[in-house]
Amino acid sequence: MSHIDLQNDFPGIRGPMAYRPETSVPLNALAEVLLRGKNSLSRGDRELIATFVSSLNDCHFCQQIHGGYARHYMECDMGLIDAVKSDFVASDISAKMKMLLWIAASVQKGGKNVTQGHINAAKSVGATDLEIHDTVLIAAAFCMFNRYVDGLATWAPESRDYYIERAKHRADEAYVSHGPVNK
Amino acid sequence: MPHIDFNNNFPGIRGALAYRPETAKPLGELAQILLKDTVGLSPAERELIAMYVSHLNDCFYCGQSHGEIAVIYLGDNRQLVEDVRNDYKSAAISDKLKALLGVAAKVQQGGKHVTPQDIDVARSHGATDRDIHDTVLIAAAFCMFNRYVDGLDTLVPTDMELYAQRAKQVAEHGYGPHIYAGQQPL
Repeated sequence: MSHIDLQNDFPGIRGPMAYRPETSVPLNALAEVLLRGKNSLSRGDRELIATFVSSLNDCHFCQQIHGGYARHYMECDMGLIDAVKSDFVASDISAKMKMLLWIAASVQKGGKNVTQGHINAAKSVGATDLEIHDTVLIAAAFCMFNRYVDGLATWAPESRDYYIERAKHRADEAYVSHGPVNK
Repeated sequence: MPHIDFNNNFPGIRGALAYRPETAKPLGELAQILLKDTVGLSPAERELIAMYVSHLNDCFYCGQSHGEIAVIYLGDNRQLVEDVRNDYKSAAISDKLKALLGVAAKVQQGGKHVTPQDIDVARSHGATDRDIHDTVLIAAAFCMFNRYVDGLDTLVPTDMELYAQRAKQVAEHGYGPHIYAGQQPL
């Protein structure tokens, strides 16, 4: 049961977004630019960062749905997504993605945990300033989204199949709000 | 020195916003709605929540900036802002705002720290569902803004007068592209 009456029974973040459409507009616009907009990082890379941070924040809904999107874009099985969550250093991803996940994990703990050493290491394996910027902001944004979802105690389907199927069907659609409605 | 080259020397989040206007736009819109709304919670109360969460996240730039904006809304009552920052439970603010600051502090630790009891206390002091929603989202959003500002090691002015000048700009004109696209107040 959610902490407040959301007046709908959508799962996860969709509940509070429908409850307060005014704030859902910029929240969706932010997700759209960060996760789906034109970028030298692939959509799979960016959804993987979102999944990883949501996992560190122990947010079930966010890590499952974004894990579903990451799997879809990366055309891999969930085993790889799970491997990244449990030990990204040993997982089968690029050296650049490992460095970006290292930065994302530092952001999750708190902004000051990101050091010049992290930045230099990421740049040494080809990360650009813009990729580092977007990694920091994706990680920071999911520290918001995860807290929004769990801070209101929204409900979420348990079954992973729900998310895998939903991601498959929704991956080609933008993150978009249905806009402010009269409330 | 910021971790990446912003191609500008704007302070704090303004440097990062100017560097990437595509993400700055929704970030500015989110701040505008959450902090300038007057329904339920006043802009002063909203800025106090933002200031307090930034303080808990040890983000000096955001804590000072939003504290100064609250000072303006509170009729230059800087002492009250300092009291909330240092010990909100004994500050001269409403029981409702104290309860909501308690909820915000839990969100700062992590969403799952918020308990039904925290919500019940807020309700017993008159907080509505919308007040609670906005408090949770303001606290969550500052867990983002603070990490954005410190995660990129943005410039932190040490001249405190600069915070007051920028606060005046936000109090008068709100959040949006003007805070990073135009001439800086100082």
